Formats: sequence, C-alpha cells, structure tokens
Amino acid sequence: MPGLLTLAIVSPIIGAILLMFIANRDGSKDALIRYFALGVSLITFAITLAVWAGFDSSASAAPFQFVERAPWIPAFGIEYYVGIDGLSLMLLVLTGFLTPIALLTSWESIEKKVKEFSIFMLLLEASMIGVFCALDVFLFYVFWDFVLIPMYFMIGIWGYDQRIYAAVKFILYTMAGSVLMLVAIIGLSWMHQTMTGEYSFDLLKLYELQIPEGTQYWLFLAFTLAFIIKVPLFPFHTWLPDAHTQAPTPGSVILAGVMLKMGGYGLIRFAIPLFPEAALYFAPVLATLSVIAIVYGALVAMVQPDMKKLVAYSSVSHMGFVILGIAAINVQGIQGASYQMLAHGVSTGALFALVGMLSDRRHTRTISEFGGLKAGMPRFTAVALIITLSSIGLPGMNGFIGEFLIMLGAFKWDPRFVVIAALGVILSAVYMLWMFQRVFYGKVTNDHNKGLPDLSFREWAIVGPLAAAAIGMGVAPNVFLKPMEPAVQRIVDRVQSRQPLRVEAVLPKTLKPKSRVPAGDRPAPTRPQDLTTARPETVVAEVAR
Amino acid sequence: MISGQFDAIIPMLCVTLAGLVVLLAESFRGKNENMPIGGLAIIGLLGAGAASILLWNSNAESFGVVTADNFSLFVNLVLVGVGILTVIFSSHTVERDRLPAGEYYAVMLFAIVGMMLMGQATDLLVIFLALETMSIAVYVLTGIRKDQQQSTEAAFKYFLLGAFASSFFLYGIAFLYGVTGTTNIERLSTAIAAQSMSGNPMILLGAGLLIVGFAFKVAAVPFHMWSPDAYEGAPTVVTGFMSTGVKAAAIAAFVRVFLKGLDPMIADWAPVLWWIAAATMVVGTVVGVAQTSLKRMLAYSSIAHGGYLLAGLVAGNDVGKAAILFYLAAYALTNLGAFGVIAMLGTRERSNDDLRDYAGLWHSHPVLATLMTLFLLSLGGFPPTAGFIAKWYVFSAAIGSGYYGLAIIGVLSSVVSVFFYLRIVVMMYMTDRDARPVPPPVNPVALGGLVVAVAGVLYLGVLPMGLIDLAQKSITTIF
Repeated sequence: MPGLLTLAIVSPIIGAILLMFIANRDGSKDALIRYFALGVSLITFAITLAVWAGFDSSASAAPFQFVERAPWIPAFGIEYYVGIDGLSLMLLVLTGFLTPIALLTSWESIEKKVKEFSIFMLLLEASMIGVFCALDVFLFYVFWDFVLIPMYFMIGIWGYDQRIYAAVKFILYTMAGSVLMLVAIIGLSWMHQTMTGEYSFDLLKLYELQIPEGTQYWLFLAFTLAFIIKVPLFPFHTWLPDAHTQAPTPGSVILAGVMLKMGGYGLIRFAIPLFPEAALYFAPVLATLSVIAIVYGALVAMVQPDMKKLVAYSSVSHMGFVILGIAAINVQGIQGASYQMLAHGVSTGALFALVGMLSDRRHTRTISEFGGLKAGMPRFTAVALIITLSSIGLPGMNGFIGEFLIMLGAFKWDPRFVVIAALGVILSAVYMLWMFQRVFYGKVTNDHNKGLPDLSFREWAIVGPLAAAAIGMGVAPNVFLKPMEPAVQRIVDRVQSRQPLRVEAVLPKTLKPKSRVPAGDRPAPTRPQDLTTARPETVVAEVAR
Repeated sequence: MISGQFDAIIPMLCVTLAGLVVLLAESFRGKNENMPIGGLAIIGLLGAGAASILLWNSNAESFGVVTADNFSLFVNLVLVGVGILTVIFSSHTVERDRLPAGEYYAVMLFAIVGMMLMGQATDLLVIFLALETMSIAVYVLTGIRKDQQQSTEAAFKYFLLGAFASSFFLYGIAFLYGVTGTTNIERLSTAIAAQSMSGNPMILLGAGLLIVGFAFKVAAVPFHMWSPDAYEGAPTVVTGFMSTGVKAAAIAAFVRVFLKGLDPMIADWAPVLWWIAAATMVVGTVVGVAQTSLKRMLAYSSIAHGGYLLAGLVAGNDVGKAAILFYLAAYALTNLGAFGVIAMLGTRERSNDDLRDYAGLWHSHPVLATLMTLFLLSLGGFPPTAGFIAKWYVFSAAIGSGYYGLAIIGVLSSVVSVFFYLRIVVMMYMTDRDARPVPPPVNPVALGGLVVAVAGVLYLGVLPMGLIDLAQKSITTIF
C-alpha cells in the first residue's frame, strides 16, 4: 500500500495519463478536460491536507515522517526515498493549494490545446511535490530537473509574443546551474563510497560525512548556484522577468508561487546542512547579494510600466529576503525565510492571478492603460487591495510575519544587512501602492476601462482562497510556524555546532540565542547524529517494489 | 551447441546466413512481387540475439581470436536491437525510395556481422578485419541511393577518409607487433606489463595510431570531419544505423583494446583521450548549434555523444566500463528513434530534414511530434529518460576516477546541446506551419518501431536497474 506522499506524487501523474485518453476538442468550452484536471488537482490537495493532518509537529516527533523507501538502483544505493519534515510539509501544502488555483486561472486565459496544458500542469505538480518530498539526493535531482520540462512547454506554447525566447532562456539558465549540482551530487556519493565503502544518495547519511573544508567550498558553490538561479538571486535573476512576462497566467502563478521556492528549500535542506563550514563561510556573500537583490529588485520594480514585470521584480526583492533569512543561519532567520516563501507564494500567486484577470479583460498589462477601475470593479479592487497590502507586509497580513522574522534573525547575526534590507520594505510599499493607485484610483481616463465586469464566480474561487490565506497566515502564523520549528532547529544546530565560536565573535553577548550554545552543552536530542539513530522509528510505511 | 570450436561465432553465423538468404531471395523475386525480405533479416537477427543469450556466461572462444564473453554479448544484443529497429524503419523507406531491397538488407546484415566481430575479436588483426567488413558495407549503404548525387558524394568522402583511417589503424598494429611480437590483446597486455614498456616510443606511436583509427570510427574530434557530410548524404535510416551501430562496435573494440590490451600504460594514453573526449563534447555541441539541417544537427549531436562515451573510457574504472555499455544501449534506442522520425517525414524527392520542415509538426502529426520530443529529451539528458541515466552513469564514472574537469565540461556541453535539441522542439510546438507541403502519411509498421523505441527509452529512464545490473555483470568476465 503506497503511502500518502507517494499518492500525492502519483495521483497527478495518473491524472495526466488519463487525460491523454480524453479527446481534445479545442475551444474554451472544453469543460470535461478542465473539470477533470481540476478534480485531480483537488484530490491531490486533499492528500496534502491529509498529510498535514497526520503530521506530528511536536519537537519530540521523528524528524522525518511519512517516510517511504524502496530500492531503486541498488547498485549505486539509489533509493526511492521520500519523507517530510515541517519545512517540506508546508511547501507540499502550498503546492497542493496553488495548483487547482492555477488551473482555474487557465480557464479563461488558455483557449487552445487545453488538454496538453492540463497534462503539463499536472506533471509539473507531481514533480514539484517530488522535489519537496525526496530524501534521496538522486531522486531529488530527477524531480528537480524534470520540473523544467512542463514549465518550458507552458511558457513556450501558451505564452505571449516573446515566449520562445523566454522559454529557452528559462530552461538554459536553470539547467546550467542544475548540471553543476549533478556533478556535486555524484561527487558526494563517491565521497560516501570512499569513506564508508558503499554508495549512497541518502540525504541523512550524506549529512554525516565529514567533508574536508576545501572540498566543501566547491560542492557548496555547485549546489548553491543551482538554487540561487532558481530563487533567483541577483545577479542570476535575469531569466525571471522574461519568463514571467511571457508565461501565461497559470504558469506565472506556479512559477512565482511554488517553483522559486524550490531554490530556497534546496538551500535550507541541502546546501547548508550538507556543507556547514562552507555555508558559514559563504553566508556573508549570500547575504550581501540578497540585500542587493532586495533593493535592486524594488527599485527596478518601481519603474516598470508593465504590471506583470513589476510583480516579477517584486519577486526578486521578496525572494531576496528569503535568502537573507537563510544566510543568517539561525532559527528566526530560517523560519522567517520559510514563512516568507509561503507568504510570497500566496500573495504573489494572487497578484499574478489578478494581473491575469485584468489582462484577460483588456488584453494589456501596461499600467498607464488603466486608471479608475475602482468605480466599475469595486470587489476586484477590494481583493486587490488586500493582496497588495499582504505583499507589502502590513502587520496582520502574511507578508509581515516572514519579513519580521527574517530581519530579527539577520539582526542577531549582523545588523548591517538589516539596515539595508529594511529599505526594501519601504520601497515595496512605494511600488505596490503606486501601482495600485495608478490602476484603481483616480478618474477613468480610458474609455476601454468603462464597464469592465467585476469578479465572476470562477474568479472568486481563485482569489477568495488566496485572500483568505493571506489574512489567515497573518493572523495565526503559529499554525504554520509550529510544524517548521523542530525541523529548522535541527538544521541550525547541525550547522552551528560545527563552528560555535564564529558567530559569538561577531555579536554582543546579550543577544546570544539558544542555537549558539557550544557543542558540548547542547541537550542530547539536537545532536546531529540523532538523525540517523532516530531513523528506524520514522519508517512509517515501506513499499516493496 | 555443435562443437566448442564454433560456439563463439554462432551469432555472427546467424546474421551471415540471413544475409545470404536475403540475397538469394531477392534473386528469386518476380518483377513486381512483394516479398517480406526485411522479415528474413529480422529472423536472422533474432537468431543471433537468441544465440547471444544462450552463450551468456559461457565465455566461449573460437580459433583463439574470437571470444563470446559477456561484454561482447551485451554489445551483440545492442547491435541486434539496432539491426531490428533499422529494418523496421527501413520497411517503408526501401519501397518509397525504390532501393534494391535484397542488396540493401544483405549489406546491412554484413555490416552487422562486422560490428559483432569488432566486439568479439580478441586479436588486433581480427579487429582490423572486422573494421573493414563493417566499413565497406557501411560505405555501400551510404551511397545506396545511386540516383542522388549527395548520397554518392557522401559515400565517396566517407570511403576515402575511412580507408585513410584504416591504414592508420593497421600501421598502429604493425608497430605494436614490432615491439611486443604479438597481436593478441591479452598477450599484448602481459608483454607491456612484464617488460614495463609504457614509455617506449614505438609503443606510444602504435597506441597513438590506434587512437587515430578508433577516433575516426567513433567520429571523435579532430577526426570527425567526415561524419556530418556522410550522415547528411546517407539515406536517413542508414544514418541512424551508422550513428548507433558503427559507434557501438567501434567503442566496444576501443574499450577492449585500450582497457585490456593497453591497460598497463593507461597513464600514457588517458591524458590524450581526456583531451579528445573534451574536444569532442565541446565541438559536437557547439557546432551543432549552428546547423539548420536536422540530419547534420543530429550528426553533431552524435559526435558529442561519442565524447560522453569516451569520458567513460577515460575514467577506465569498472563503473566506466559498465556505463559505456549502458550508454550504448540507451543511445542506440534514442538516436535510432530520432532518425526514424526524420525518415518517416521524408519523401522520395526530399529528405525533409530542414529545421523549417518541422514547423508546426505538432498540429499535423501530434504523435510523431511527441515521440520526437521524447527522443530529443533523452538525447539532451532529461529525466525520466534513458539518456539521463546514461549521462549520469558516465559522468559518475569520470568523477569516480577524479576527472571532475571532464565531467563539468560534459554537463555544460550537454546544456549547450539542449539548446539545439530544443530548437527542434520549438519548431514542432511553438511555430506555426508555413506553406510547405504536408508531410506524408505515417507508416504503421515504422510507427510501431518508434513506439517500441520510446517505450524502451522511458523504461530505461524509470527502471534502469535491470540493465545496470546486466552491464555490471557483463564486464566482470573480461577485465
């Protein structure tokens, strides 16, 4: 009996295969295919929710739950090995949540080849879920690389005018980073082989490797390059505005909502705990790039005439915060980064959906073409305001929690970064509110903007849950933060235990957080070795192939 | 088995016999009679495949110069697969292009005999014999469309350069024989090891000349110049056959000679092959980007794949040897499939292999476009296809021997190659059809072959462990 995680990966794939057998009748009324794909994605969402319901988020629980493992390529110790901790759980649910929404946004914007589009969307969902669940590094890479293909087709086939350029740029950029990670992954497995005598791609076993520092630097850079291109971090962000402006609305929703998070997740799960010394060494570099991204992304966003491009650059800025929190390598920072990823997924996903709706109505996304929409579309305006405020990070909304925790964590580490990052908070208010003002307020100057229809039922189904999530995450952050905490704590302990003195030297003693307790004084359950000793309990289900 | 002496050559006997029967059958054929000559060829190939399976683990030997160890049997099975798929894809092109069916299939079978002998031979002179048997047959196949100037020109170029390379090869054998007094690979190895001759200039010269000969056959840079022209001029199905069969056979012999015969002096030749492998990967992919003819594009891609195979050879470890075998199988399926699609879209007058010909193929032939995409993704090394596992396998071997640089060049060049594979995908899916004539209808038999190939590509991508195990077992007996 396959476990829930396998079901979550497999059900979209089965859905996609079944879709292939449904005849394609082109045209916007292709209801059967649309409802079928939506149904499959809702089932997958239900599975991810069931995983959440069954997840034990207490600190004493097993580090990885819902574990399933079966040999895949035994000659090299490659396994089908999936399992989640609090960190992946949240991203898993986010994927489950956003895919049906993205499919709904496709109902108006995608009119040709609906079947193929739905197939690609479901395959994309399956591989993204795989990325967040895989605990075997090889398996992770397989999913990680596969994600590119459906997204490439989505941008290339259903995108706007420059779609081919954007699609090719997207796939080449991200692949160039990924293949170096593949080399590093292979190198890791060989290191495991020389040190222990057996091949392994098991992440938890690889965590235990004592890699010489010089080697760590190279491997860390290879992994990190793959991840920061995906995030994307300045100066590797140039593919993102192109991909976003050219992608169809559902593609943008998934790209911003989930795919960028794969980069942040990869850093937290792989690059940093696998190479702790290197991570501590390069953290200032990452942080410097991240504050540049925060400010640069915001400044460029401010001057964009195209709404979609504006939101894309705002993503660069917001994801810069994520990297800053990760680079701090303390509990607040990483937790904040993880939370910010969820928040950004919801609010930017929603922003792209809203821009898509405007673009469906007017067939333009240029800000100056709009103005005074509030008069004709009060409900749309209200929802847009909620989302805008959540993106800015208004207290009480989801964006605030993440940014606050990140800055808290970064401040404990090195306050200089926070000073600059805080500029990004101010600037985000500037560009978002300015756009909001120009689009929705003022007089209707363009006759085309008169009599635009307000939110339809389908559109409510898209933005309603997103707006609710934006508020809910802001009001009750602990629902999301609590499952993450043990996972984040473990990762931070693992890294900081390698070099406890380094951070102490930088900071005043009064700010000493728990994670920087020297290795000998730490309570037993947080020792890194416990990840392996605790593993037998975590085997909830085992599938035999 | 009949008698111990002939065991090892039974697979080749089956194919030879089939070739003779095919020739005879053709001569008895009435003027407009339809004769399933391809079927006869397939029967012979199946026989060779069955014989190879029966000989598994037997380590049979014939006449002291031909062996049937698992390594060569694995290669035999790949060649049988290549042969069968080629015959299937040929079934309609032979008719369409009015090729002389009997000669076409017979020459193809003789080429396969040569290929099998290359994998099975344990003596340098027999390898040379095999090389010539294979090459001459392939020259003929290249030029089999006598009504086309391009085809004849390609065959002639290929023949001239090929003959040149063969003589290099023979010259290399002469030097090695002169120093060691043997052409037997096993004794060569012991002679070199015993007298620690690895620095001997005559040996180095001999090894160098052998590298030139082999590099020519696997189309490695800088001895690759013939291949784009020959690949473009040859009938498309033959191109697929050449790019997979010839490469598999040449690599098999390359591995045997260098990792067994010249293994004691690996420190001398590995750096040379390192550069050849790196240059082959880079040139193959970078020049491939500039092509507009699909056949030329895939010719350069096939050069690049030769480079990846050489990376496994440079690694020289057990992982590398098994990786080469796996790679050959994966690559054969994928590349044959890709050429199969191109062949199906051609007509008698034009091979329709220009990039523009593929514009909007998705709309006119959705199935073919999907199949082609899967083959291209596999060539580009995307999961979950055979190509991905194969690339991971060879690079794993290279890294295992500490060749990080080669692996990095390899993966980066594969990103470049993705660029031109995607150009085809862009044409098929993202460009609207212009006013070109609609390509011909799909031939069901050939389509069946393509579906089989795609199924194999996906199967090896998702469940590769069976073949990986087999490849690992194949190398234990000889090295």
